[in-house]
Amino acid sequence: MSELTITLLRLGYLALLWVLVLSSIAVLRRDLYGTRITKRRSRTGAPAPVPAAAGPAVATTGPPTAPTPVTAPRSARGQRAQRGAQRGARLVVTQGPLTGTILPLTQSAVVVGRAPGCTLVLEDDYSSSRHARIFPQGGAWYVEDMGSTNGTFVHDQSGDHKISGPTPLTPGQSVRVGRSVIELQG
Amino acid sequence: MATVEPHRVRAGRGVELGLLVLALALAVGAYALVGLGTSDEVPADVLGYGTGLAALALGMHLVLRWRAPFADPVILPVTVALNGIGLAMIYRIDVAYEGAGKDHGFAGRQLLWTTISVVLAAAVLVCLRDHRTLRRYTYTAMVVGLVLLGLPLLPVLGTSINGARIWVNVGSVGMQPAEFAKLALAVFFAGYLVTHRDTLALAGPRFAGLQLPRARDLGPILVVWAGSIAVLVFERDLGTSLLLFGLFVAMLYLATERVSWVVIGLLMFVGGAVVASSVFSHVAARFDAWLHAMDPEIFDRLYGGSGQLVRGLFGMASGGLFGTGWGQGRPDLVTYAESDFIVPSLGEELGLTGLLAILMLYVVLTQRGMRAAVGVRDGFGKLLAGGLAFVVAWQCFVVVGGVTRLIPLTGLTTPFLAYGGSSLLANWIIVALLLRVSDDARRPAPAARGVRPDEPLPGEVEAGPTRVPAASATRAPGTGAGVGAEPDDEHPTERIGGLA
Repeated sequence: MSELTITLLRLGYLALLWVLVLSSIAVLRRDLYGTRITKRRSRTGAPAPVPAAAGPAVATTGPPTAPTPVTAPRSARGQRAQRGAQRGARLVVTQGPLTGTILPLTQSAVVVGRAPGCTLVLEDDYSSSRHARIFPQGGAWYVEDMGSTNGTFVHDQSGDHKISGPTPLTPGQSVRVGRSVIELQG
Repeated sequence: MATVEPHRVRAGRGVELGLLVLALALAVGAYALVGLGTSDEVPADVLGYGTGLAALALGMHLVLRWRAPFADPVILPVTVALNGIGLAMIYRIDVAYEGAGKDHGFAGRQLLWTTISVVLAAAVLVCLRDHRTLRRYTYTAMVVGLVLLGLPLLPVLGTSINGARIWVNVGSVGMQPAEFAKLALAVFFAGYLVTHRDTLALAGPRFAGLQLPRARDLGPILVVWAGSIAVLVFERDLGTSLLLFGLFVAMLYLATERVSWVVIGLLMFVGGAVVASSVFSHVAARFDAWLHAMDPEIFDRLYGGSGQLVRGLFGMASGGLFGTGWGQGRPDLVTYAESDFIVPSLGEELGLTGLLAILMLYVVLTQRGMRAAVGVRDGFGKLLAGGLAFVVAWQCFVVVGGVTRLIPLTGLTTPFLAYGGSSLLANWIIVALLLRVSDDARRPAPAARGVRPDEPLPGEVEAGPTRVPAASATRAPGTGAGVGAEPDDEHPTERIGGLA
């Protein structure tokens, strides 16, 4: 066998070795898991990530000075609760340091609080480390206080009410946790 | 302001298959090139060999698809590549030994051990559905580990080879139980530290910027230190003692995040090693060979000289940047070229370029282990994966550092490359455990299964005994990337109790 072939095979093998190394690293680059946090371009501009299906709730994602809780027609609420728990539901922070943050909901429960392990981590001195839990059941969403210091409040037409047990949450209704207000959108 | 959502996880089994093909090409290509380099023809059984290796690798791949579909896609190909390159090198040295009329037949035995190891790793993946099961055997693992460490000291079983009493003869097969002891002890350390890390991390005075532990918390580290020193004294094995102590200190650091433990551990080991080098001749000889390797009288010394080390260095030097090519060098001039000195053998035939690629494969393997540790949600899994990944990296560092004269030479095996059944078996089990943990780490959050539809309404659930434990919510989306700080980790016992 010629000298050239041997040299080519020798260098070719080294090249192949590095192809494996580099393609492994390329796989690592794409292999991300955990949470993705997408920054929105501007808070006051058009709320592009919010699909039109959200309806009147869009208005509440504006600046924190305009916390206008949505007043969807009563009759539509039941259907919306059904649909919201199935898909497309999300939590939107409408007041507090994280205003404008959107958390898409899946079929799993969501914990809100200051602890890093929470799904929605609040930078809010008035909330507890594991403050409240929002979970789906029977096609609707419920909010439950997890023994927080300052309590969890649900807003309805007659004002804020401190909750004591799991409380049903309809789309458009907002929950106050510390200084933050979180709204469920269907 | 921002949208928070879980990543769509690619299971990565297809990618794994692609990388496996590449890894198998490397393994079989090396075997063929060894034949070309030594006898100018491709070995006749290259097809059979390739088929066998491919069957093993694909079998493992199918087991992953079946039992751990979200396991890391890079770990298995990297391991297969390393094992294949090691097999080819051992075969190459075998050919040279055969030509020189020396004892040979290592490659066949290594191939047998590879088969056994892969089958066992697959069995671990099939049987062990959740790594948290191992936590139940924390103290059993401690006893098993210590027994395995002490086994070579038994009069009939243990044998002393080349001064180190680390071998156990079972029938005609010699085993190094320390390789399995490291597995058992990693399980024990993970289980022990996950319960005790708060006392170890938080209690105690501060001194010179270091959070010092309380005297009574020093107990376990003293026990392990004494154990590793006992290995050094009674079994005369520097490598195992270094491995043990390094593993423990690293896992202490992983668990507590306190630099003081690393400082204390290093000081204790350096102190122990200095005393040992002045008291024991074999340790002193290792230091001599390291510091004065090029002195003729030390080079020529029959026992404990630096001849082997320096010949390995010459081999790597003759390899240069691109190596001599498979089968073209003379790695067999170094004693134990197939086991302790397989790294210089590879350095000679593949050159610096090839050796660096191999070291990069180890880096990737370790990184994947550490990534699984970061991603997994339970404290025990974090410590176990972190500790096991560290062991692989630590062994590499000790071996490669030893043969390149960075640190004194110690008798540790290079994971997956070096000849040796016990080492191969233990390292494949490590890979199986890492795959198991990474499957748990990468698996997307399942739907909340706290309250079933047939259970009472939330209002009644609140008071009833079926109240959902808060722990079930940690599986919610977004907690996957939680680095270290899981609120539930402080009560792992309750969590595991709740899950069982």
